[in-house]
Amino acid sequence: MDAMMAIRQTFFQECEEQLAELENGLLAMQNGEADAETVNAVFRAVHSIKGGAGAFSLDDLVRFSHIFETTLDAVRSETLAPSPDVLKVLLRASDILADLVRAARDGGTVDAERSDAMAVELAALSGADKPAAEDQSEDMAGFSFQPVQVSFDELDDELPAFAELPETSWTIRFTPKPGLYAKANEAALLLRGLGELGEMIVACDFSTLPLLGELDPEGAYLTFVITLHTRADKAAIEAVFEFVEWDCDLSIEMSADTEPDGQALNLFALRDEMLPRVKEEGLASSVPAMSENQPEDRPDAPQAVDELGAATSGVAPRASLASAPAKAPFPETAASPAPASREGSQTGGQVAGESRMGERRENERRESTQAPAPAATIRVDLDRVDRLIDLVGELVINQAMLAQSVNEAGLTRGAAIGSGLDDLEQLTREIQDSVMAIRAQPVKSVFQRMPRLVREVAAMTGKSVRLVTSGENTEVDKTVIEKLSDPLTHMIRNAIDHGLEAPEARVAAGKAEEGIVHLCAMHRSGRIVIEISDDGAGINRPRVRQIAVDKGLIPADAALTDDEIDNLIFLPGFSTAATLSDISGRGVGMDVVRRSIQALGGRISISSRPGKGSTFTMSLPLTLAILDGMVVTVAGQTLVVPLTAIVETLQPRSVAVHEFGGDTRVIAIRDQFTPLIDVGRELAYRCETADVLASVVILVETEGGVRNALLVDAIQGQRQVVIKSLEANYRHVPGIAAATILGDGRVALILDVEALVASSRIGAPSDSVIPREDRKTPKEIDCYV
Amino acid sequence: MTKTILTVDDSRTMRDMLLLTLRDAGYRVLQAEDGEKGLEVLNHECPDVIVTDINMPRLDGFGFIQGVRGNDRHRAIPILVLTTESDAEKKDRARRAGATGWIVKPFDPVKLVDAIRRVAA
Repeated sequence: MDAMMAIRQTFFQECEEQLAELENGLLAMQNGEADAETVNAVFRAVHSIKGGAGAFSLDDLVRFSHIFETTLDAVRSETLAPSPDVLKVLLRASDILADLVRAARDGGTVDAERSDAMAVELAALSGADKPAAEDQSEDMAGFSFQPVQVSFDELDDELPAFAELPETSWTIRFTPKPGLYAKANEAALLLRGLGELGEMIVACDFSTLPLLGELDPEGAYLTFVITLHTRADKAAIEAVFEFVEWDCDLSIEMSADTEPDGQALNLFALRDEMLPRVKEEGLASSVPAMSENQPEDRPDAPQAVDELGAATSGVAPRASLASAPAKAPFPETAASPAPASREGSQTGGQVAGESRMGERRENERRESTQAPAPAATIRVDLDRVDRLIDLVGELVINQAMLAQSVNEAGLTRGAAIGSGLDDLEQLTREIQDSVMAIRAQPVKSVFQRMPRLVREVAAMTGKSVRLVTSGENTEVDKTVIEKLSDPLTHMIRNAIDHGLEAPEARVAAGKAEEGIVHLCAMHRSGRIVIEISDDGAGINRPRVRQIAVDKGLIPADAALTDDEIDNLIFLPGFSTAATLSDISGRGVGMDVVRRSIQALGGRISISSRPGKGSTFTMSLPLTLAILDGMVVTVAGQTLVVPLTAIVETLQPRSVAVHEFGGDTRVIAIRDQFTPLIDVGRELAYRCETADVLASVVILVETEGGVRNALLVDAIQGQRQVVIKSLEANYRHVPGIAAATILGDGRVALILDVEALVASSRIGAPSDSVIPREDRKTPKEIDCYV
Repeated sequence: MTKTILTVDDSRTMRDMLLLTLRDAGYRVLQAEDGEKGLEVLNHECPDVIVTDINMPRLDGFGFIQGVRGNDRHRAIPILVLTTESDAEKKDRARRAGATGWIVKPFDPVKLVDAIRRVAA
């Protein structure tokens, strides 16, 4: 049963793939990009789900997918035109199918009313072009479809049923046509099947068999007359010939007498009937000769006979002729002289045939028992990959520690150990990259869930929405992907519910009735950036400001820039919806979205233009495990600056630094004034301002393209560091992204450049969001790590 | 001697189920995920029976059967078609393409093995 459970799991995995295929296909059809193969693929997806569901007796799923399939079949056979309205129904049906699949998988339940209503809608579609009466019956056929239960006992159940019937004698006349052999059916096997029903006598009527010279090897010349003594009924006998009923003449008649004596009588009657004919036509001698020689296209060429063994064609009819009498599992067969006279030589022919097959099999035997693997992928437990990543992380730390020890021992210069260490570092880095690539996945898996969400939210809000996605193949670490789903869901809901206007309002504003939501992913400066934009009304700034004032989030007279107002929506407890609608207002605000993004080491920002729409931009690290960083010293502390943020480093000259009263300094770099951030002061490592001339400036650039200069005491070097979460071990610290363990075993903090820049900015909007007194100095945590 | 069965089905679930059933019944099982792959397998294997699905991408069951029957080396191999329900039209098309017999899905393991025995010596 374990194997069945594994297959069940495979089935549900496959269902997810099929559902994605289904949805993508339907969406392509909606966009008019579908060809015949797309429609076929859509049909196949539902068909496969039904097939598998039947095997696991998932009745609800079978019933619904059957009706769905019928409708799709109508689309496929072009009796139902895939109009936009039809496609809308099909898309909703695909959603319900997805629910049914998941309910079947997780043992949950589905709103039966909803799926039944959809089933009726689907049935109505597929019957639309048919006459009303037929339509009705089609529907009913759809509803009453019952899956067959897979059962190992079924056959056992049937056998006793046979035993209930009285024994009956049947006379069966069976004349194969050439088509029977052409389809690789074998008369011998059919006779064997018949023999399993009871006791039987087989006689072969070869009166129409021509002489060898006239024999068509692919022809059919024999008639079998079978007397069967069985408890089985006529249907069971007919079932034996189920596969060949078109390719043979068949008559099944109950014999007049069903007494055991009658059987013997029959037998002799049959012999009497057959024997004279054999003698008369002198066929008895020609038949064995023929059976030894394999038939050929030109049977009159005797020298070719031996080589014919290799020709598979024609073997089937020959073998059937050979084995019919030999295989009848009935001792009395011998009493039938005609078949018996041929038995010996026929069997010989058959054995030769089998040994030939054996040779071929020998030659072709391969080591594998499976066909070539369909695709070069393997499934690996995520735990194993994670364990590997942990180990590689340790390896990186270890390699760094080793390098440092060697360096401290003064061995590096000129020693072979130096180049050995370099190689080790190189290899470590490659291993790391490869391992991380294992975890990388396209964001597609998350993006794929969004079309459905959009449909649902659009239906609930009565808005008309089109989702456009791009960059689905952008790869990012699996952990990041998993955690993307919730914030993304919320933001899309938000974009439709709050961002897009109602259709009337859109038309009034001179826009298309259908709103567009763009979802786009891309790689930018070593991070993944995801943008969600709508072409709605944009942020209603007066309203946002009013709400913030009403809720006491900002003073009534606060002077805020547009950007600052837009960012107010990220404040805890902020909600612009007048009522808590079902869609966006599930107790989750944008503040929660922002927190979950931040927990991933990501950032989120909004830009909005009134009347044109809003764009939310999320930026996330590609991996949560490893970082290229520059190790620096600030006030005796070791810190790591992510390399992705660094533009350049420079030694400042005093003339370049200008003070703006108070604490604020800027530095002129190539005629541009750049704010100077004193990291030591900013993180409260020290109170006095650092001496610029004794320091190093690191020019960093934030996602928004804003440049800032970080002032640090010294640069130690560049290194790959393994990220250890600060939140998991301590708590979130503003300005600090995470921690790492250095080569000497000490803990160093990794700077969150973006947050650092934001919080130090003069009147920066984010600054107002993080109250200064709330910031914890990272010094506190030294004792924890 | 162990008989070899080639199963052709685009559904992994179905391939796994066939594999499980047939292997338990003592057959050696080859797999292909569509008609094209099925014909490729036949380039270097000669199974005793072929079990194939109808609805498949690239080359469907009908095309696959025609491909097998059109090749002198393989045309004597019995082919069983998997149909989801007793769809008379599909069965008829499969038969005309040269199918030896059919198995109605969801298949019963006993009946599957029985059907194979019916077409293979």
